[in-house]
Amino acid sequence: MSRIEKRFAQLKAAGRGALIPYLEAFDPDRETSLALLKAMPSNGADLIEIGVPFSDPSADGPTIQKAALRGLKAGATLSGVLEMVQSFREEEDETPIILMGYLNPIDSYGAEAFCRDASACGVDGLIIVDLPVEEADFIMPHAQRYGLDIIRLIAPNTPESRLHFLTAQASGFLYYVSVTGVTGTRTASHEELAAALPRIRAVSPLPIAIGFGIRTPAQAAIAVRTGDAAVVASSLISTLEETLLDGRATARTLPSILQQLKAISEAVHQSAKSRVDGD
Amino acid sequence: MQAPAASMNSLKNGPDDRGRFGTFGGQFVAETLMPLVQALDATYQAAKKDPTFWEELHYYFKHYIGRPSPLWHAKRLSDELGGARIYLKREELNHTGSHKLNNVMGQILLARRMGKTRIVAETGAGQHGVATATVCALFGMSCTIYMGATDVARQKPNVFRMKLLGAEVRPVTAGAGTLKDAMNEAMRDWVAHVADTYFLVGTVAGPHPYPAMVRDFQAVIGIETKEQILEAEGRLPDVIVAAIGGGSNAMGIFHPFLDDKDVRLVGVEAAGRGLDSGETAASISRGRSGVLHGNRTYLLQDEDGQILEAHSISAGLDYPGIGPEHAWLHEVGRAEYVSVTDVQALEAFQLLTRTEGIISALECAHGLAYVAQIAPHMSEKDIIVLNLSGRGDKDIDTVAHHLGTKL
Repeated sequence: MSRIEKRFAQLKAAGRGALIPYLEAFDPDRETSLALLKAMPSNGADLIEIGVPFSDPSADGPTIQKAALRGLKAGATLSGVLEMVQSFREEEDETPIILMGYLNPIDSYGAEAFCRDASACGVDGLIIVDLPVEEADFIMPHAQRYGLDIIRLIAPNTPESRLHFLTAQASGFLYYVSVTGVTGTRTASHEELAAALPRIRAVSPLPIAIGFGIRTPAQAAIAVRTGDAAVVASSLISTLEETLLDGRATARTLPSILQQLKAISEAVHQSAKSRVDGD
Repeated sequence: MQAPAASMNSLKNGPDDRGRFGTFGGQFVAETLMPLVQALDATYQAAKKDPTFWEELHYYFKHYIGRPSPLWHAKRLSDELGGARIYLKREELNHTGSHKLNNVMGQILLARRMGKTRIVAETGAGQHGVATATVCALFGMSCTIYMGATDVARQKPNVFRMKLLGAEVRPVTAGAGTLKDAMNEAMRDWVAHVADTYFLVGTVAGPHPYPAMVRDFQAVIGIETKEQILEAEGRLPDVIVAAIGGGSNAMGIFHPFLDDKDVRLVGVEAAGRGLDSGETAASISRGRSGVLHGNRTYLLQDEDGQILEAHSISAGLDYPGIGPEHAWLHEVGRAEYVSVTDVQALEAFQLLTRTEGIISALECAHGLAYVAQIAPHMSEKDIIVLNLSGRGDKDIDTVAHHLGTKL
């Protein structure tokens, strides 16, 4: 059983929704982001999404764009990100790690070599923003061989006919991009989510994570009331950004993000409990 | 008038049903955009087979753009260089001053067919932005143009023209503030406004069907050239030369000649300060295969797959990629890709002005610089056609600056 599968099974048994915080690798430097990564599980992260910095993140909003730029300035490379995951895995073997990024750095590394190395370093899943299912054969055979889940994205404007196609060979979990737009902008309402999720549930038994525009504990709580997991990215990065001095981490950086992470995770876990109680 | 015809065993058949030219092209976009590019593909495939679509486009080509554009025998230029007979396909005489309007007119008619009310576009030098703003004015559509902040600063007249035409120009400060960054921002806008917005791509790049569609709209250049040169000389040219940024003017003139094996097709990339200076825009000469902006093609990138900023004296050429069909034509060896530097382009710019009384865009001056290299080594019987894709009004400030004159 993969780490992702195991984690969702545990959460389901406990009647809890999952919180998936996001961090941009090497933002603002390698040490800080590795320390943040290591501290996330004990502060409420159930799974962790790591952004791989790319020069041209065309589906990301300004917050993640800037984070990616800081990461690149700090020397982020794809192999550097894999080494980060490896360091994390030396101490922690339970929390699933999902890398999120764009295709070109992976293409440059080589799809097969990348899947082999990512798996060896302890990566569990990949979200490749600009790799739709139509082009997935680029990586699918290698991902399957090395036991990596390719997380499928579903958008509000994904047509019914396409839903079947998208979920047919999906594994791990499904990622519902809850608003049409870039990261960190508008937030989907409970009503919108309540209308959208059954459509997806009808075609796939996989857990559904909801992302894009989830900023507050309350919004994260709403997301796990309808979905199975909430992804929080831009709002954590904004917190990080506010603590920087001349682009460098300060003593406030880690505590501020972790405090926010804790608050969101409490809301997520409370909300899920009330669902079990028959809310 | 119809879409360019293709037949069995023709180099004109691409792309395949996955939108690929060999290993290049494809549809590498976020899931939110997939329904849009698929809808666009379906609309275009239907329009392509609909004679009324081409009749309508031809009407605007003739009465609004001013087609056909002349094929001018540049005698004084030919004499000055000595050697081959040089013809100029005068796309700079189109309304708005470049070949860009051919494509833009085709796409705006499609956007109308799809019921879209808002247009977004990216622009480098501003030629595509001006063309887009023009058709939006003509058809009463809302228009937002993304332009790198660096380009906004160096292309002021075009920025002003776009605003006069009713477009909103949004400067992009991300990255180096040039065309690649404007492209990213236009894609972000499109993702955020999928319901009413049409993304009007300016070159033969982007996710399928853009590379094929833009080529088909620009192929009018090559179709006319073929007729005109047969009328003037009774035979096809020996060499066709065109400057390459994304490569739409080159693809437009090359495509109808792809199966004419004896016609050499030469794309001229911008070497910038030199191919090995680190400040270049020559993505075929100095790039390698990768994925950006929805397609697989040759890209300027570092070892880790991060995209590099391109440099050229011409804002219209400093894009780190090239259309996927060019990448394929390069790989199969049907077209040749060479490069000339900023300095060589500046010299050619002045040569054309002096000999023919034509102030060309800096983009086409790159093509001319290559023509000036090969023409003297050819005979008087040989024919070269240069696609003169745009006029140079927009570049006057840049040229003056480099020649040490203050306007």
